Amino acid sequence: MSMKTVFERTTGLTEKPTHYCPGCTHGLIHRLVGEVLEEMDILEDTIGVAAVGCSVLSYEYFNCDMTQAAHGRAPAVATGIKRVLPNRFIFTYQGDGDLASIGISEIIHAAARGEKITVIFVNNAIYGMTGGQMAPTSLIGQKTATTPDGRNASVQGLPIRVSEMLATLDGSAYIERVSTHDVPHILKAKKAIRKAFETQKQGLGLSLVEVLSTCPTNWGLDPHESLDWVRDAMIPVYPLGVYKNEAGGN
Amino acid sequence: MGKVLMKGNEVLAEAAVHADCRYYFGYPITPQSELVAYMARRLPEVGGLFLQAESEIAAINMVYGAASTGVRVMTSSSSPGFSLKQEGISYLVGSELPAVIVNIVRGGPGLGNIQPAQSDYFQVTKGGGHGDYHIPVLAPSTLQEIVDLTMDAFDIADKYRSPVIIMGDGMLGQMMEPVEFKEKVESKQFDKSWATTGTRGDGGPKIITSLELDADSLEKRNTLLQKKFAEMKEQEVRYETYCTEDADYIIVAYGTVARIAMNAINKARETGLKIGLIRPISLWPFPEKPFEETRKRVKGYISVEMSAGQMIEDVRLAVNGHAPVDFYGRTGGVVPTQEEIYEKIITVAGGLKYEHENGI
Amino acid sequence: MLQEIIIAGFGGQGVMSMGQLIAYAGMIEEKNVSWLPSYGPEQRGGTANCAVVVSDQQVGSPLVSNPSAVIVLNNPSFDKFEPKVRPGGLLISNSSLVARKSEREDIKVIDIRATDLANELGNSRITNMILLGAFIEYSKFLSENSIIESLKKVLSEDKYHLIDINKRALRKGAELVAVF
Repeated sequence: MSMKTVFERTTGLTEKPTHYCPGCTHGLIHRLVGEVLEEMDILEDTIGVAAVGCSVLSYEYFNCDMTQAAHGRAPAVATGIKRVLPNRFIFTYQGDGDLASIGISEIIHAAARGEKITVIFVNNAIYGMTGGQMAPTSLIGQKTATTPDGRNASVQGLPIRVSEMLATLDGSAYIERVSTHDVPHILKAKKAIRKAFETQKQGLGLSLVEVLSTCPTNWGLDPHESLDWVRDAMIPVYPLGVYKNEAGGN
Repeated sequence: MGKVLMKGNEVLAEAAVHADCRYYFGYPITPQSELVAYMARRLPEVGGLFLQAESEIAAINMVYGAASTGVRVMTSSSSPGFSLKQEGISYLVGSELPAVIVNIVRGGPGLGNIQPAQSDYFQVTKGGGHGDYHIPVLAPSTLQEIVDLTMDAFDIADKYRSPVIIMGDGMLGQMMEPVEFKEKVESKQFDKSWATTGTRGDGGPKIITSLELDADSLEKRNTLLQKKFAEMKEQEVRYETYCTEDADYIIVAYGTVARIAMNAINKARETGLKIGLIRPISLWPFPEKPFEETRKRVKGYISVEMSAGQMIEDVRLAVNGHAPVDFYGRTGGVVPTQEEIYEKIITVAGGLKYEHENGI
Repeated sequence: MLQEIIIAGFGGQGVMSMGQLIAYAGMIEEKNVSWLPSYGPEQRGGTANCAVVVSDQQVGSPLVSNPSAVIVLNNPSFDKFEPKVRPGGLLISNSSLVARKSEREDIKVIDIRATDLANELGNSRITNMILLGAFIEYSKFLSENSIIESLKKVLSEDKYHLIDINKRALRKGAELVAVF
C-alpha cells in the first residue's frame, strides 16, 4: 500500500508551537502567510515586522528575518526597512488595537506615501492580549472589559472600517477584506494574501489584507460559536471584498 | 578642503554625510529645521535617502527599521519632538540598534519657546524613556567640534550597537562659524552580521526584538546591557579642562555656555582671580576624573547651565562632598551673559567688590 | 583685536546678510569669527538682529551683550541697542528711518541717511551695503576687498550682476565716513 502525502508543514513557518488560544485563527492566518511566502519562493528575501498584541511573538513563528516594532509603529518600521532594502519583501502583521487605534497614524501615512509593503491586518474586534478590552473595531453593543454594558455609540464612538478608509488614499494599491470563518473563505483569504505580496512585487503601492478573525477567549464563545459570530455579526459591519486593486485581475 | 562658513544645523547634517550616514528620517521643528532641509537636498546627491515622516514618533520608528538593516541612520529634533522620540529610543536600546539622534534643545517645559536651552539634560542623560538604560550623549561647543563628534557618534553607535545622542542648544544650531571637513579617512568597519536583511546567503532567520517575556531571561539580558554601559563608561568619557591647574574655583559648563563662561574666566584671570573650567563633552558618561583630580584642592565649583540646575547633580556626585558646588543658571531660553557669569564668579570667589561695568 | 558687533533692523533690510558678509570677510582674512542670528517668529516682519564676533583669538561667547559696534537700521533697533554700546564703542544709525539721535557722549555716533542714499543710487535694497561701507571704513579692521570677495559667497551666481551696485554702495558709505 503506497501512502500519499496530502498535508505538510509549510517551510514558511518555524516548528515552534504557537501560544495562541484554542479556536483563535491567528495560527491559521500565520500559516496562510507562510504558505504564500513559500509558494512565491521569497522566504529568503522577506523581512517581517511583528507588532504588539497577541501576535507580538509572531517573530518566533515566521521562518524569515523578523524585526519587532513598538505598539502601532510597524508600518513606520517597515518603511525604514523597505526604503533601505527596496528589493526585499517587507510585511507587517498587526492586530486591530495595534493598527486601528494606537497605530492609525502610521498606517494612514504609510498608505498615503504608497509604501511598497504588505500589511496583514487581523481584525477580531477586541484587544486580546491585554484581556478583552474594546478595540476601535468593536461592534456597537459588543461587551468587552471596558464596555461592560456593550459598546455605546454615543459614549465610545463607532467602529472604524479600515479597508474602506485606506482605499480612499491614492497610495494604497491593493486592499481586500477577507474572513476565516469557513474553508471557502480561508482559501479566498490565502488568495488575497498572495495578491497582496504580488502587488508589492510589482511595486504598485501599499497592499493590505484585512482578515476577520476570532477571539473565543475574550468573546466568551466557544470556537464554533466564534466562527458563527464572525459570519453573522462581523461581516454585516465589515463587508468582505476587494476595495482597491491597482494591479487589476483577480 | 578649505574652511567654509556654515550654520550649526547644516554642519551637523554634512558631518553625518561625511560619517557615511545615508539615511535620515525626520520631522521639522524649530530650531533645527535647517538640518532637515539640508538632508533633504544633500542625501539624494550622495545616493542616500531622506524621508519626512508624519511625526517624530514615526520618524524614530523608521530609524529603528533602517537601523535593523545595519545601515548608518540619523534623526534629529528639538525638545518637544525629542520627547516624542523617547519611546523609539528605549526600543533602540532594548533591541540594541545603532543610530544617531540629535536634540537641538529649546526652552521648555511643554511647548516652551524656540530659544536656546539645556533643560533636556536630565532627559538625555538619565534615560528619558522607560527601562534601565543609558545612552552616550555628546555635547559639542563649537561648530568644528560638531564635525569631529558626529563622526565619533556614528562610530560609538556601531561599536556598541546603541543609539547615541548629540545634544546642542538652539544657539549652536543657528550660529555660523568657519568649519573644515578634513579629507575623509576610511570609515572603521563594524560587525553587522546581526542585521535583518533577509536570510538569502546568510543562514537562518534572525530576530531583532526587545521583548523577553521570561523574567530571568530579561534580567540576564539587562545584565549584558549593564555590562555594555559599564564599558562605555570606561571608554567613552570626553572632556576638556582650561586653567584648572592652579584654579581656586572651577566653572563647570558644556556646549555654548562653556564658551560664554570662558570669556568670563579670562576676565577674572585678568583681575587676578584663579578660575578654571571643566567642560564635559560627553554628558553621559559624565567625566568624573577631572573632579577627582581637583576636588581636594579647589575652594569650590560653579555649575553654569541654561537650566534651573540639572548637570549640577552630576557635578555634586563627582565632587562627592569634597568642595562646595555653587550654581548659576538661566532658563526659558534666556542665555547667561559673560557679565552675569563674571558677577557670579566675583560673588563666589569673593575678595573683590563687584561693580557693574559696561562691558568686560 | 576683538570686535563684537550687533546689526539690527526690520526683517528684509538685509541685516543678517550684513553680518554674514563681515563674518566671511573675517574668515578670508584668517581671523576667528562667529555669526549668531536672532531667530523665530520675530524674524517675520518684526525686528531681526545678528551678533558677529571677529577676533584674533578663539571666539568664546558668540552671544554679544555689550557690543563694541552697533549698526541700527530702524527705530526699535535703536531703542534696544543704543544703550548697550560699550563706552568707546561705535554706533552707526540709518537716520533715514531712525528718528532719535543718540545723546551719549562716551561713544562714537555716525548717522547716515542710508535709505535715502540707496534710493538716490537707484536701489533701496542696498541700504545695508552703504552702512556696511561706512562701518568698514571707520573701524578699519577688515578690507573692503574682503567684503567684495565675500559677496561672491553670499550671492548665488545668477545674482553676480548685483556685485557692481553693491560695490558702489560700499564706496558711498566709505566716502561719507571720511567727513566724520
